[in-house]
Amino acid sequence: MHELAITQAILSIVLEAAEAAGARRVTAVELTVGALTGYVDDSIRFYFERLSEGTLAEGALLRIRREPGEGRCRACGGAFPVEPPLLPACPLCGSPDIWITGGNRCLVERIEVEDGDPHPGGEGHPQRQ
Amino acid sequence: MATHIPVVKAILSANDAVAAENRAAFDAAGLLAVNLMSSPGAGKTSLILATLERLPPSLRAGVIEGDIASTLDAERIAARNIPVVQINTGGACHLDAPMVRSALSHLPLPDLDLLFIENVGNLVCPAEFDLGAHLRIVVASVPEGHDKPYKYPGMFQKADAVVLNKVDLMPLHRLRPLRLPARPVDPPPGDPALPPVVSDRPGRG
Repeated sequence: MHELAITQAILSIVLEAAEAAGARRVTAVELTVGALTGYVDDSIRFYFERLSEGTLAEGALLRIRREPGEGRCRACGGAFPVEPPLLPACPLCGSPDIWITGGNRCLVERIEVEDGDPHPGGEGHPQRQ
Repeated sequence: MATHIPVVKAILSANDAVAAENRAAFDAAGLLAVNLMSSPGAGKTSLILATLERLPPSLRAGVIEGDIASTLDAERIAARNIPVVQINTGGACHLDAPMVRSALSHLPLPDLDLLFIENVGNLVCPAEFDLGAHLRIVVASVPEGHDKPYKYPGMFQKADAVVLNKVDLMPLHRLRPLRLPARPVDPPPGDPALPPVVSDRPGRG
């Protein structure tokens, strides 16, 4: 359910970018997904496959790059990796005054497309000799 | 021929743009909007009603109710003569900014000082969607147990405040101290670490 809404948002960004570029087909989509977003890769792939049916992005390959979680402690100033489940305290000094500084983003980084025909209506033209 | 097109767009940017419009509408009307989130049954509607009873009558409040189905909550609010709009998401497990935008035209915004937006009862998806509210408040309740911030970190990380409800049930539960996980943005110095504790039962909190 959660990933359905997320994947709808991904697809709409992909299609908007593809249409703006006059693409014929989207062949790949590169995503950055933070480790702390809670988004499940397999679930995004599952919904993407179904939602993209009949669109320019049907059959596109999803390349998902996981961005690691990072935290920072305001008491000792230390930075540390954060993996779910989240720690309630700084692993360096034990203070609870810790903040997430990375790993909660989800971005469409770029797409790969097959270009549209530069000469509209070109299909069916007699082949040049 | 294959071409690479850089996009670099946060996936919820379309929702966030509408949320910014909602926030501008709230600011133009001079009201404070609060996005109230919790698990089902934590007491969001009861807390709204109990809060409004304690506020001076000169403060004018409105409510947007979000539920998958039914108008039960909106009827409870309307029975107190408080302006209310029910959004039925028809299956969606959260409110999003466009749903809230569509509800605003049914409320007398310029006449309001305070707007409660009661989200769909769910500790997962509502955390993801900015509605344009000024504050995100999570209602946790004693019967849910102490572990919800660990199990649903996103919800608690993004909260501006957590209210612990149903404290009148504390004697029936062994609730361990609530420790909140790290949050994604720096708070102002002196931000309280412990949640306010209340009960929405009359005279209990």
